Amino acid sequence: MTSTLELEPKPQAITILRTKGDRIFRGILIVGGLVAFLVLAGIFGYLAQSAAPVLQAFGFHFFTDSSWYAGDGLLPSEGSIDPPTFGMLPMLWGSVLIAIISVGIALPLGVGIALSIVYLLPKRTIFGFTLFIDLVAAIPSIVFGLWGFFVLVPHGVLWASWLNEKLGFIPIFSVQFEAFEQSPFMAGLVLAIMITPIVAVVSRQIFALVPPDLINAAQALGGSRWTIIRDVVLPFSRGGIIGGAMLGLGRALGETVAVFFVLQLFFDEVNWYRILESSGGSVASLIIAKFGEAGPLEISALFAAGLALFVITLLANAAAAILVNSSKGKK
Amino acid sequence: MEVSLDTQTATTTQLLNGEAHLEARNINVWFSGKHVLADVNLQFPKNSVTALIGPSGCGKSTFIRTLDRMHELIPGAQLSGEVLFNGKDIYGPAIDPISVRLDIGMVFQKPNPFPTMTIRENVLSGLKLSGRKVRNEDSLVESCITRASLWPEVKDRLNSSAGSLSGGQQQRLCIARSLALDPEVLLMDEPCSALDPGSTRRIEATIRELSESMTVVIVTHNMQQAQRVSDQTAFFLAEEGEPGYVVEFGPTDSLFSAPNDPRTEDYVNGRFG
Repeated sequence: MTSTLELEPKPQAITILRTKGDRIFRGILIVGGLVAFLVLAGIFGYLAQSAAPVLQAFGFHFFTDSSWYAGDGLLPSEGSIDPPTFGMLPMLWGSVLIAIISVGIALPLGVGIALSIVYLLPKRTIFGFTLFIDLVAAIPSIVFGLWGFFVLVPHGVLWASWLNEKLGFIPIFSVQFEAFEQSPFMAGLVLAIMITPIVAVVSRQIFALVPPDLINAAQALGGSRWTIIRDVVLPFSRGGIIGGAMLGLGRALGETVAVFFVLQLFFDEVNWYRILESSGGSVASLIIAKFGEAGPLEISALFAAGLALFVITLLANAAAAILVNSSKGKK
Repeated sequence: MEVSLDTQTATTTQLLNGEAHLEARNINVWFSGKHVLADVNLQFPKNSVTALIGPSGCGKSTFIRTLDRMHELIPGAQLSGEVLFNGKDIYGPAIDPISVRLDIGMVFQKPNPFPTMTIRENVLSGLKLSGRKVRNEDSLVESCITRASLWPEVKDRLNSSAGSLSGGQQQRLCIARSLALDPEVLLMDEPCSALDPGSTRRIEATIRELSESMTVVIVTHNMQQAQRVSDQTAFFLAEEGEPGYVVEFGPTDSLFSAPNDPRTEDYVNGRFG
């Protein structure tokens, strides 16, 4: 063979010539993205630094013990005579429990409201109804707290004692003491009413994105309104609904005042499952309850609690992102 | 209507004898008060293939939707006239539109398999949506996909997403999905308009096979397709601002080779539309 001149094909490197405007725009976007990330990292760093004294002193026990005692505010190494003990497990679990209760109520309620708006209500009522839901979503949480305290709790006590009387044989509805006023159930209820509009608003927008083609196909296959919603609309919207629920969950985990008004914080024991009992926890409410009178060491403990809440919220969002991704159709 | 007897097929003889499987009588349709379809009278004999042709906006798609009460789902749609299916008006007071759609299936212009379901689930989706059960799902899935000429291509991946199929395969899956309900009539609204020539050919072959066991009505913009697959053809037309109507209806051969109306002749020879 004499074809020494024959060249092997080589992959070409593709170069992109960017215009000036394009470069500026890229720069702005990169800076924006970095700022968002840096702010998050900065908050995390500050929380971790402020929490360090307590975390060094108590170690992992801070997250697994049940006690909140400020003592004389000195560590044993500093010559304390009335040593403080900080363990936030009841608050940590309380936040999770309340969030589960509230999302458990708000998810079906919000999705139901969104389905009625999109598929049941007459077209001319939709505008008013949607506006109403959007307005409820914008009510400040302190208003919910006051309303919960003065209006909901007196009624809620009746529902709670009824639940306990009829379903008390189920562990979660059992109580040790018949005091129902400031239970995780009550806090979950107030939060559920706060986040239902969020779930409804997001779900409504998701349902409006279901391609009419698919609805048509389902109708042509003899689907009824209910079977079309069950087999076509809900599976298609799953990712978006989870996203809406997570927005609600984020608000439920972080909500402070509304919960503070309607929940009895109990530090010495974890209320694992008795949702009707007047004893619970919430990290955000812990911070608001203790912050005013806290000394330096307790402040550090509250920062550590905030750090834990920060991590939990981050984990919940990550879990949601994984769920949403895995539900984007079976590929 | 004058029809030369030697070009008639068996089905047209049946048509002239008056026994239609599906029949539209004096169909008029309005959308929000606007008259869009006027006095359509067409007969669809058992196991025939009927092509509906005509320029865009002449009411073909609207008409085909009246045949299984799909147009009702468009807000503001109104209708007068009758659609007789096996002699009974599907718009009768005691008729459930959902049961009509089980007997009269529809395939749409754009392939629209359910993206959240697997290929197998798509075929069975009509049963699920209509709350019906069959004893042997596997054999139903196989027979429907086979009849839609898709089996060799998907038999090894029935549990993968319908979204992984090509456009032509998706459309055949949609046909298989309709067949699972065992309809007597299959309506197809431009089923090949989004497909390549190869897929179009396969679907046309499928239509010919299906017509051995069911009545097919197909809307098409493709005149060659109408000639290749149909026994009879209806030519729709709408003048500017006027409702659509049927200019000419007859056996496909004669409508294309010797149309009675000059407008039909212009259209089938590609002079407008």
